[in-house]
Amino acid sequence: MTQPIFSFPGGLHPADHKAESNTAAIVPAPLSARYRVPMRQHAGNPAKPLVLPGEHVLKGQAIGCLDGRISATVHAPTSGRVVGVESYPIPHPSGLTDRCVVIESDGRDEAVPASRLDWRNLAPEAVCEELEDMGLVGLGGAVFPSHIKLEPAAGIETLIINGAECEPWITCDDRLMRERAGEIMAGVEIARHLLGAREVLVGIEDNKPEAIAAMRAACAGTGAKVVVVPTKYPSGGAKQLIELLTGLEIPAGKLSTDIGIQVFNVATSYALWRAAELGEALVSRVVTVTGHVARPGNYEVRVGTPIEELLQLAGGELPGATGQLVGGPLMGFDLEDTRAPVTKGVNCIIVTSDALFPPRPRAMPCIRCGQCALACPVRLQPYEMYLYAKAKDLDKAKAYNLADCIECGCCSYVCPSHIPLVDYYRFAKSELLARGREQRAAETARERHEFRSFRLEREKQEKAERLGKKAGERLEAGAVAADDPEAARKKALLEAAIERAKKAKEAAPPPANTDHLSAAQQAEVDAIEARRAQAGTEQTVADKT
Amino acid sequence: MIGSPFVQREQNSVRRTMIEVMIALIPGTLAHAWFFGPGILVSLLVCGFFALFFEGFALLMRGGAFGTMISDGSALVTAWLFALSVPPLAPWWLYAVGILFAILVAKHLYGGLGQNPFNPAMVGYAVLIVSFPNYMTQWPGPAHLVNHLPSLSEAFDLVFAGQGSVSVDAYTMASPLDTVKTLLRAGVAKRDILGNPVFGRLSGTGLEWVALMYLVGGLYLMARRLITWHVPVAFLAAVIVTSAVLQKIDPGHNMGPVFHLFTASAMLGAFFIATDPVSGCGTPRGKLIFAGLAGFLAIVIRSYGGYPDGVAFAVLIMNVAAPFIDAYTQPRVYGHAKGGKVGR
Ligand code: SF4
Ligand code: SF4
Repeated sequence: MTQPIFSFPGGLHPADHKAESNTAAIVPAPLSARYRVPMRQHAGNPAKPLVLPGEHVLKGQAIGCLDGRISATVHAPTSGRVVGVESYPIPHPSGLTDRCVVIESDGRDEAVPASRLDWRNLAPEAVCEELEDMGLVGLGGAVFPSHIKLEPAAGIETLIINGAECEPWITCDDRLMRERAGEIMAGVEIARHLLGAREVLVGIEDNKPEAIAAMRAACAGTGAKVVVVPTKYPSGGAKQLIELLTGLEIPAGKLSTDIGIQVFNVATSYALWRAAELGEALVSRVVTVTGHVARPGNYEVRVGTPIEELLQLAGGELPGATGQLVGGPLMGFDLEDTRAPVTKGVNCIIVTSDALFPPRPRAMPCIRCGQCALACPVRLQPYEMYLYAKAKDLDKAKAYNLADCIECGCCSYVCPSHIPLVDYYRFAKSELLARGREQRAAETARERHEFRSFRLEREKQEKAERLGKKAGERLEAGAVAADDPEAARKKALLEAAIERAKKAKEAAPPPANTDHLSAAQQAEVDAIEARRAQAGTEQTVADKT
Repeated sequence: MIGSPFVQREQNSVRRTMIEVMIALIPGTLAHAWFFGPGILVSLLVCGFFALFFEGFALLMRGGAFGTMISDGSALVTAWLFALSVPPLAPWWLYAVGILFAILVAKHLYGGLGQNPFNPAMVGYAVLIVSFPNYMTQWPGPAHLVNHLPSLSEAFDLVFAGQGSVSVDAYTMASPLDTVKTLLRAGVAKRDILGNPVFGRLSGTGLEWVALMYLVGGLYLMARRLITWHVPVAFLAAVIVTSAVLQKIDPGHNMGPVFHLFTASAMLGAFFIATDPVSGCGTPRGKLIFAGLAGFLAIVIRSYGGYPDGVAFAVLIMNVAAPFIDAYTQPRVYGHAKGGKVGR
């Protein structure tokens, strides 16, 4: 029986620019003199540094440990001396700095002793516990900690392996599939085994015939099926790939696992294989360097390598370079500082030029042409959301399902008025988040106020009692409170407030308004959150146009 | 700073969109000139001039990026649609008044490009037919029914000086829709009306060809993906069904579907007027409802209303309802069990 292929609405066919970088084999990057390893390379809480300046570390040694459930271990990319734990620019949409462990390489590249994980015979829970120490995260861009996704969950029917790589310019997964299909599929088998999935579907866009052939060969006899999907952005979005391969949608507010599906990227599967079979923690990844550089290609780079070194490796930027993008041109972001290190989430560096990336023309008013709605893979009405986001009418924007926007950029891409629509959505989403937080703050303030009035009341009463005593009346202090229902109510209120405050304190780090969110949503929220400052400035620019 | 995406579709702009619409209007316009003389070209020129004039005036008053906005082509599209809806060979000031209402009132008083709740060209048309009904019923006749078709210079004279070597009456006559209305009212049997030389095979002589050319232009817009099938299909289907039903009910007084379908205003309405995204509906189901009701109303007004044509009024009426229809026809969003009303 042939595997059926479904479809998703909307989407784009942008020029794919894959040929620039997909012809040459993956080149291992030489050892750097110094690595800056950020503690924040994954969704969730940043890792907590485990090392102090002066310490000697080995390749694969943990230098940052999990902080909370959604977090990931960070490892030293080579052997050497820790020379600092400092704030440094990291590749992040916010362009902010973050905590990095700086390691001066000793040139010996000595690794911690590694041992194979007997994943077939160990209990899946035990395997996951081991993997927790390996620092695996989703390498397709979401950087969600893999050990959580691999936890045995009831009823995972289908394991989907994402090899779609639908963003233009990026070819790291393509090269990896061509060159290391066997290892990828070995990793897939581990994931399948841990999850107990019944079927494995590998989705690859039809613009990668070599990768398809290699993966087909590697799948032979494993029961896994390669499903070739038509090239259409964003087929590599997890929701869209699931829709393409199964025809199913993830109900709003749920996770793919709720409908029995788990998705892993091919590079993540490869890293899983290295972790389980070779006992190697995730300290390197394949990064596409392309665009306006001398030698576009794919490089196997250790995490912590300065991006400027990576650019040199690719022959350096050509004259006329205007900047760099991290990730693809549709969902990536502008790199603020080339000294920032490569992280687990960096799949591609594109050097821009005016010829390759013409500046976006000045925005015109929306003419309601509906092109954006036709392109939206989520079936939203982007122009309505834009209207309300621009007017800062957040409730209306929300009513038009702003929360379901995956920020794929299809709408902005097709808009004849060149409106930076997604900027408005990011702005509105962050405003909604902020508003939720303010509401929580207001609630807390109200509780505090109630507590204060209760205290004042009590003090007044106590004073009256004291006065009463002074006057020689025999009135027992406790009796008043016990007899007075009003006072009793207030006491209960006080206790409840204290209880709530205690709970809130326990639940601390995640922002208070988001504790009902799922893990993936939380991750998304964090990413958006960080772009908030940026969105504020965007708004003013967009408003001027 | 502007965030992702960092790429955009090439050759894509408001101006490009408007140019495509104008390209699509060329066949119908040329057909009109072929059958009824170059009057349409003169009125088009005059309307275009006034449209740019009023647009420029409004843009200067409002401030903003004058150069980009004046060259976006939207005023010219409005002018073109308006010119195709009103009779050529009318005095120039008539066009000026219509365009003034279309551009200044219907468009800029409501906030300019993309903001108008009513179709500007239809507002201009409606103002004229209400205020100057006499001018609005005198359409140029086809060659075999009038002395001769006016030459280009005669057309200019008629428009600017009020008369050429001969009076305008020499070239014009009641439009087929008007003829039908008057004769039916006068109690003339339908069979006899159809024998009138103003009618061709399908609808009005010459006008049926204009209608067919609008159809061609509309298909071009669909091929270029500037409009979807929803509006034209729903509009034309409603025209066919409504006129068929009315004919069945009262065959003596109502024309049939073929006649109505191939009137120029029905085709123009289906592909170019009801498809206006600003004043129309945006959701797929909304478009079906909007255009279906507009087509239905157009025929009802034609058959029972006081004015010969009903497309403009039908569209304007539906413009009022469009936002509500949109709110109740939101598509089902990914992962949501049901769509339903949003906003408001
Ligand atoms: S594509 Fe742009 S101009 Fe067209 S409706 Fe959407 S936002 Fe408006
Ligand atoms: S960015 Fe959001 S609104 Fe725009 S096309 Fe993607 S999902 Fe739809």
